[in-house]
Amino acid sequence: MSDEKIKVLIAKPGLDGHDRGAKIIARGLRDAGFEVVYTGLHQTPEEIVATAIQEDVDVIGVSSLAGAHMYLFPRIVELLVEKGADDIPVFGGGIIPEDDIPVLIKAGIKAVFTPGSPVDETINWIRENVA
Amino acid sequence: MFTKETLERVAERHQEWEKLLAKSLAKAPERLERFSTVSDEEIKNIYTPEDVGELDYDKDLGFPGQFPYTRGVQASMHRGRLWTMRQFAGMGGAEETNARFHYLMDHGETGLSTAFDMPTLMGYDSDNSMSLGEVGKCGVAIDTLADMEILFEGIPMDKVTTSMTINPPAAILLAMYIATAEKKGVSRDKIGGTIQNDMLKEFIAQKTFMLPPEPSMRIIVDTVEFCTKEVPRWNSISISGYHIREAGSTAVQELAFTIADGIGYVQACVDRGLDVDDFAPRLSYFFNAHVDFFEEVAKYRAARRMWARIMRDRFGAKNPKSLLLRFHTQTAGCSLTAQQPYNNVVRTSFQALSSVLGGTQSLHTNSLDETLSLPTEHAVTIALRTQQIIGEEIGVTNTIDPLAGSYFIESLTNEMESKALDYIHKIDDMGGILKAIDVGFPQKEIADAAYNYQRQIDEGEKTIVGVNKYQMDETLKVDLLTIDPVVEKRQHKRLAKVKETRDAAKVEACLKAIEDASRGTENLMPHLIEAVKAYVSVQEICDCWRKVYGRYTDPGMF
Repeated sequence: MSDEKIKVLIAKPGLDGHDRGAKIIARGLRDAGFEVVYTGLHQTPEEIVATAIQEDVDVIGVSSLAGAHMYLFPRIVELLVEKGADDIPVFGGGIIPEDDIPVLIKAGIKAVFTPGSPVDETINWIRENVA
Repeated sequence: MFTKETLERVAERHQEWEKLLAKSLAKAPERLERFSTVSDEEIKNIYTPEDVGELDYDKDLGFPGQFPYTRGVQASMHRGRLWTMRQFAGMGGAEETNARFHYLMDHGETGLSTAFDMPTLMGYDSDNSMSLGEVGKCGVAIDTLADMEILFEGIPMDKVTTSMTINPPAAILLAMYIATAEKKGVSRDKIGGTIQNDMLKEFIAQKTFMLPPEPSMRIIVDTVEFCTKEVPRWNSISISGYHIREAGSTAVQELAFTIADGIGYVQACVDRGLDVDDFAPRLSYFFNAHVDFFEEVAKYRAARRMWARIMRDRFGAKNPKSLLLRFHTQTAGCSLTAQQPYNNVVRTSFQALSSVLGGTQSLHTNSLDETLSLPTEHAVTIALRTQQIIGEEIGVTNTIDPLAGSYFIESLTNEMESKALDYIHKIDDMGGILKAIDVGFPQKEIADAAYNYQRQIDEGEKTIVGVNKYQMDETLKVDLLTIDPVVEKRQHKRLAKVKETRDAAKVEACLKAIEDASRGTENLMPHLIEAVKAYVSVQEICDCWRKVYGRYTDPGMF
């Protein structure tokens, strides 16, 4: 699959308002040739999953910097399963303590990008893992 | 600052030096093609009297405590009294945060600063579905006065000043603070502190918003009007550049948009019919201390001079206190790295030093682990000790504004002021800050700057030690603070009990009064104080506002 056809949903679940990272990733992915949909802030997991299905995206990136990732990220995967849309991989980013990463991976999050990760790392991961 | 003869002689010497330099560069070029600040402002190889030839000591600098306050807002500055060491603290429930308050005060902290959890910040109670997974996570959970009473247990509210970082529900938390103090027998004219109460920067940068801009401004002006009359020691708005910078702005943008917000608030209060000299002395500012040392010092000095001139010339303020830009500083959270986290202590120290040399009134130093979680007691102690070392050990507080007169600092101060004023004129031309926010102007400028900076990092044009240079395999781990899930359950239980035992008819009457005042023009504050005393919850009041005014939703631009 060529880059042009990969459609990415960048989502901000929960009440957290830190959107600097999410917006940089959204813009970086767009500049790299992906089609990007950004949910904006303060989305419930239900809203994010509904948008992903409605927009028919290939992958979802979720960002959290306020500590609620252990509830919000797995909940999104859970809802995707419920809706039969678990072919859409989910990756996460933000302030995620190292010890939480294996737990999130086990809960079905495919990759986690922590502060300091270059934008290219996300771009390459999508190119390699989403097809 | 210099005679014509001196400047001519300097120009000659400068030319001679350029020749000397050219020879040296022919052998070995400079390390970089272009030298620039973290905000991407180009910096010259040397600054001389030529760069500050026009600077007028009397008009542009003056003495500390004298117009235009470039050198400081008080005459004695840090020789008289050090800045307030105010560590932002809040985690879990009121019990845990109260314990942290006592710990910090026992270790020499001189003022309190409260961090609330996301549900409280956004006007939701702990038992709401939006609060799932977020209760007590990034600050303390406050639902009703019952939580607030625990939070300030054993704290002398007539002696200690408290800052509360809260925005959409700021008026409610102020009402709770007043109610808690009054229950302890401390009258409202004796309490001191700050509510952030700065919604403009929420729309621009931090994005903790609830109501649309116009009603948000109305509630803010209500609090200013009320504090002016009844809570004279309270700083009613903390006009904040911190979050603008954290969202990725440059230093000039931080300065410009923050002062533009300040202008917006003063104008709104004047439009309400308030006398500028009655309320302006209680407005305070809050800036970021980022990594570019000299740029930050110049920013604080420029901010003071700009505000003094704006208040005098634009708003006709006559009370000298109205002209003072007093500010709190927090070191830059966004500059901290998860990689090699102990390096964060060093970053924070330099940042804190820049704010001290820039004349801050109050300071929070970040803890080394804050890029990973809320700080542990150990980490926050190092952060507090950093301030004490700067204040009492290294000698930088021996004299006031020690960097004044540096060709570079004065030139940079002028440049920051002039570039920030360009932005302010642009915003004026758009019809003011609310209009500018409405079309997404500051938001777009910041997003562009943030993206540019990330590109510079990714391409190695800018260095972050341990991240894009000097990386290593890390085995060193820091202990992190985690929030016990029991907090959420305890919070649900306490709220349920409060709701069971309070006077339901009184609650209903209070909410009706708030709704009526919200639809009309009567000041909301007396109604809010009465409501919180009747244990009406944060969300109940916010729901009432959401019903009356509607919500603001993120336009989602990127």
